[in-house]
Amino acid sequence: MASEKSSSDLTLLDFWVSPFGQRVRIALAEKSLPYEYVEEDLLAGKSDRLLQSNPAHKKIPVLLHGGKPVNESLIIVQYLDEAFPDTPSLLPADPYARAQARFWADYVDKKVYDCGSRLWKFKGEPQAQAKAEMLEILKTLETELGDKEFFGGEHGFGFVDAAFAPFTPWFMSYEKYGEFKVAEVAPKIAAWAERVGKRESVAKSLYSPDKVYDFIGVLKQKYGIE
Amino acid sequence: MAAGDDLKLLGAWPSPFVVRVKLALSFKGLSFENVEEDLGNKSELLVSSNPVHKKVPVLLHNGKPICESMVIVQYIDEAFTGTGPSLLSSDPHERAIARFWAAYVDDKLVTSWVQSFRGKTEEDKSEGTKQMFAALQTLEGALRECSKGEGYFGGESVGLVDVSLGGLLSWLNATEEMSGTKIFDPVKTPLLAAWAERFSELDGAKLALPDKDRMVEFIQKRQAQAAAAAAASQK
Repeated sequence: MASEKSSSDLTLLDFWVSPFGQRVRIALAEKSLPYEYVEEDLLAGKSDRLLQSNPAHKKIPVLLHGGKPVNESLIIVQYLDEAFPDTPSLLPADPYARAQARFWADYVDKKVYDCGSRLWKFKGEPQAQAKAEMLEILKTLETELGDKEFFGGEHGFGFVDAAFAPFTPWFMSYEKYGEFKVAEVAPKIAAWAERVGKRESVAKSLYSPDKVYDFIGVLKQKYGIE
Repeated sequence: MAAGDDLKLLGAWPSPFVVRVKLALSFKGLSFENVEEDLGNKSELLVSSNPVHKKVPVLLHNGKPICESMVIVQYIDEAFTGTGPSLLSSDPHERAIARFWAAYVDDKLVTSWVQSFRGKTEEDKSEGTKQMFAALQTLEGALRECSKGEGYFGGESVGLVDVSLGGLLSWLNATEEMSGTKIFDPVKTPLLAAWAERFSELDGAKLALPDKDRMVEFIQKRQAQAAAAAAASQK
């Protein structure tokens, strides 16, 4: 291991079930970087440290490196690649491959969480609309993955894999609310989800589908959604 | 530029996202073929190059497509490191800060400003305007931090954030003229106001930014079309 920095040099402000925080946890694990994990109880309120570290968005995850904050999950992952160049990188070296990886990670960012939320927040027409969109998203990602073991292709487990993997425990909830099966709509994605779920960095960063489903129940109660 | 480097930009002149790419190419001193797309009748090349979003801009480098304006801008910086200035610092933390603010322009400024003129109700629109000015205040602070006393978000020379925000300049200037309200207000956001003027004077910016009057004409035509469509649907 290259880095001799103590674990107190890296601190992650996070929320246990956040897929965005989990991306960072996966990256840190892939790089075998020790860090201090700090749970922000978002349902109770935001800590002063969080508000000061990310005043623009007031969101987790926040990575503090030597006290300096880095915000936005995908930006943090790129930062880890660049600040710790002797560790396994998530982005490939080739500029064109990097552009493709950024494009697809951006696609996951723009589409998956928002559409998934609408599946459990709404009923009737808006929910049906969300379902149609989710199927479209899964099929699009299926086409991109193709027969590759990982989205990273020749590079192996990469940036897009880390970006999308945290959503795999949410599939069960999407399936329940949307009444579809990922394995039927996008079998390659389902197989990838299983594969990626067994990877050590991912397995230790994610929570079970049941826990995610229960969490959605808590959110619905909190926001008064039937 | 290396021999055999073929750059083609599929774009539409009013799009701030297309302008970002033109700015990056301009600042790097890269020549390219500009292909003007009719967005009402998209070319086969555009649709096949960007099947996921079917949007401009698309940059084709030796025939290989790159999509999404800020992905393209970073690609240009990384694929042509030897050519022209770098748009990003070499320091990882400064790079992360730049990426953060470049994304902030999209997440907060573009979103709110679009709401300010496309909002469904007057209330929606004025909420958009309020959030837009809040975002500009935040960007004023960002400029103070990032510029370190120099003229640009990139410091002494333009960087990623300058390109991200610069792409919007013609639209914002046109909106200013049409509404009569200053967007880059020298009292509220003095650093940004000075930045806007300074940026517009750059040779690279002059090449890429659409002419303000042409922009005003375009927006007015669009608004007239939207009004006519709304009136027709109410008959």
